[in-house]
Amino acid sequence: MSAHTAASVDHTASHGTYKSTNLPDIKLMMWVFLASDIMFFGTLLGTYLVYRNRSLTGPFPTDVLDIPLTTVSTFVLLMSSFLMVLALHSLRQDDIFKFRLWTFGVAFFGAIFLGFQIYEFIHFVDLGLTLQGNLFGTTFYVLTGTHGVHVAIGILWLLSIFVHSFVKPWTSKDEVYLEVAGLYWHFVDLVWIVIFTVVYLVEFI
Amino acid sequence: MAIGKLGAPPVVGQPPNTLLTRPTWTEGLFSWLTTVDHKRLGILYLVTSFIFFGLGSIEALLIRLQLAIPDNTLLSPDFYNQMFTMHGVTMVFLAIMPMGIGLANYFVPLQIGARDLAFPRLNAFGYWVYFVGGLFIYTSLFLGGAPDVGWVAYAPLTSLSNNPGLGTDFYMIGLFVSGIGTLVTAMNLIVTVINMRAPGMTMMRVPMFTWMMLITSFLIIFAFPPLTVALFQVMMDRTFDTLFYVPAAGAMPILWQHLFWIFGHPEVYIIILPAFGVISEVIPTFSRKPLFGYPVIILSGIFIGFMGFAVWTHHMFTTGLGPVVNTAFALTSMVIGIPTGIKVFNWLGTIWGGKVRLTTSMLYAIAFLVTFTVGGITGIMLAVPPFTAQAHDTYFVVAHFHFVMGGGALLAFISGLYYWFPKITGKLLDERLGKLTFWIMVPSFWLIFFPQHFAGLMGMPRRTQTFVPGIGLEIWNLLSTVGALIMGVGLILFVLNIILGFVRGKPAGNDPWDARTLEWSTTSPPPYYDFDRQPVVNDRDAHWVQKYPESVHGERVPESASEPYDRGGAHIPGQSWYPFVAALALLPFSYGWLYDNMWVVGISMLVVTVATYAWALEGVGGKHIPVGDALDADTERGEGGRS
Repeated sequence: MSAHTAASVDHTASHGTYKSTNLPDIKLMMWVFLASDIMFFGTLLGTYLVYRNRSLTGPFPTDVLDIPLTTVSTFVLLMSSFLMVLALHSLRQDDIFKFRLWTFGVAFFGAIFLGFQIYEFIHFVDLGLTLQGNLFGTTFYVLTGTHGVHVAIGILWLLSIFVHSFVKPWTSKDEVYLEVAGLYWHFVDLVWIVIFTVVYLVEFI
Repeated sequence: MAIGKLGAPPVVGQPPNTLLTRPTWTEGLFSWLTTVDHKRLGILYLVTSFIFFGLGSIEALLIRLQLAIPDNTLLSPDFYNQMFTMHGVTMVFLAIMPMGIGLANYFVPLQIGARDLAFPRLNAFGYWVYFVGGLFIYTSLFLGGAPDVGWVAYAPLTSLSNNPGLGTDFYMIGLFVSGIGTLVTAMNLIVTVINMRAPGMTMMRVPMFTWMMLITSFLIIFAFPPLTVALFQVMMDRTFDTLFYVPAAGAMPILWQHLFWIFGHPEVYIIILPAFGVISEVIPTFSRKPLFGYPVIILSGIFIGFMGFAVWTHHMFTTGLGPVVNTAFALTSMVIGIPTGIKVFNWLGTIWGGKVRLTTSMLYAIAFLVTFTVGGITGIMLAVPPFTAQAHDTYFVVAHFHFVMGGGALLAFISGLYYWFPKITGKLLDERLGKLTFWIMVPSFWLIFFPQHFAGLMGMPRRTQTFVPGIGLEIWNLLSTVGALIMGVGLILFVLNIILGFVRGKPAGNDPWDARTLEWSTTSPPPYYDFDRQPVVNDRDAHWVQKYPESVHGERVPESASEPYDRGGAHIPGQSWYPFVAALALLPFSYGWLYDNMWVVGISMLVVTVATYAWALEGVGGKHIPVGDALDADTERGEGGRS
């Protein structure tokens, strides 16, 4: 094989590749992943609902759940999604300072939410709700814990973007990479709205 | 290393391999460990899945030897339990399903005129995770005993108190890990089919195998999460004493059955839809006719995909869910037979009036039609709850699902292998030996499984180590065992034929079958960049239209329609260590979890995380391929493929 057909060059993969939908692969990939992730949370939530009111011993949901406290942390998480929109908007406008600011803000708000959750877990254990104590404990911790892990991964991702934007300056051309992180973040936020409704609010109707 | 050169990029000298530079090995072990080429990964999938298939066959043979005569003591009850569990796990998760995924890896990009999957490194990761998961499960044989709870592993049999050994942990963790590989590969295939199609290849021009793989991939991404969660729940019970499946705490172990079958029934279609796809390629080619009812076959496939999620309780008719639930699921189970029947009639319609060539591949396809239909009919019988009440957990069910899984999926994949082997290797398989093998394999298959219907109807339970003499079961079991031994010979001949084909097969040429789809328009084996130019597609059966434009339109396709699209050249993705490293780290992760050593688990996760960052930050690498004139001038290319 002659050398001219195999020149090894360092360049982006963008040119010469035809995309049937004109959408970036990575964006489609995130949608497909989220579709699959819905089934993960659906199964965990389904398990929670199947075992709802089946715990033989306390503490029961109404003994431990604190609606005002969790409302605050839910509000913080919702606001982080708002900052996500601002971050993406700023990047599209090539306003790199605001893009960095809001991206860091999303991660920061996410961390606040996670802090609330850790406080909540410790507090619940003090009240006697453990992973092994009753079915409510088992299903509650695994469901909300899985969500917490999703939030933690999101925070790590956003902080990585934040740091990377200094290492290799980002411009509006990189918007899809932030948009994909945003899709993930909004999804995790949305899942929390469902969990907050089904696990927390329904108990007090 | 003859295989090592298949589709290998040409050597351009070895640049220094630093941590964030893409490796460029083209030959030898490292080139296979770092490869992201969908063709090489397809070969790896196929070879690995056939090795697992061999192991699963040995287990099956041991089961049949034990059941050859009544009151046999060849295998202890405990070892027998391990064998039927490993047989099921191996065949479903490690052999048949990866065969479909392996063929998809190799042929989906070629069929849609792409140069690789959308995410080549993720594809490598998917393969290595599957490899690691399978390896992990099989080490159980040397580390205290294989899983022995059946491939469905019903709770609460899997609880720590009921099953203190490590076997169940191997099952749960192994499937958890290999499931991750299956999931990411399915996501990759979806994005590839949606976004990587060549110019002009609309969805209604996509070859049927690719269509079926698209539907299969959607089934995987929706079906595997429930299984993954269920496996995780059992492992939480076993590792952290949670209460998911502890009846004493108010839990309902039947939840496992629901979650398992919400996965498990779609899994049946995850296995059979790729087989439908293979058959939909083989039959038109060897009948020299377009696929009859192409849109209807697609719609049937989509309908099967949807309904596949609405029939799971027919595996649970005898669990006492009540007449309303049973009736509803009996109806959906019968309804799902309709699109499957439509497909069978479409294949018959394709053969009808065609110029049929009875190659080995076509013989297997026809055997598929007959055998699969018989399995489908017993499936309709089992969709009737009162009948299931009699036949549940008997050999009738065993016969049924072996007719659809073995007689359906396996025969179809063997057909596909005979069909595509010349494309993968550039060499033809021996047709005489192939046909001889066919006439050993298929009758022996029937000899194994047809008698099991009768043994089952006479009440012989499955998963039971032996049976007593004098109740009429001897003859059916003996016939089954004789059939299994003959099929063993057939499998050895099959492997021999494959090896002979590699070693001294006749050159195949680019298009030995006069086939219809794009993979036949490139060389055999395809170059590492798949196509000289990205094809431009004008019609369904794109390669056929290229070859015989008159026969399709009565006139030539306008020249302008075949203008090359990729004038700027094409980029071939670079190799990478990190998919392999990240997947390999899941091996200590699994053993750490198995032995409750959370330090090892933590360190392994750290390795995965670091590998993920390196994956994201390593350079682009790869090769730039100038297309068109530069390649046309390359004299090494031509009919018969490259060495």
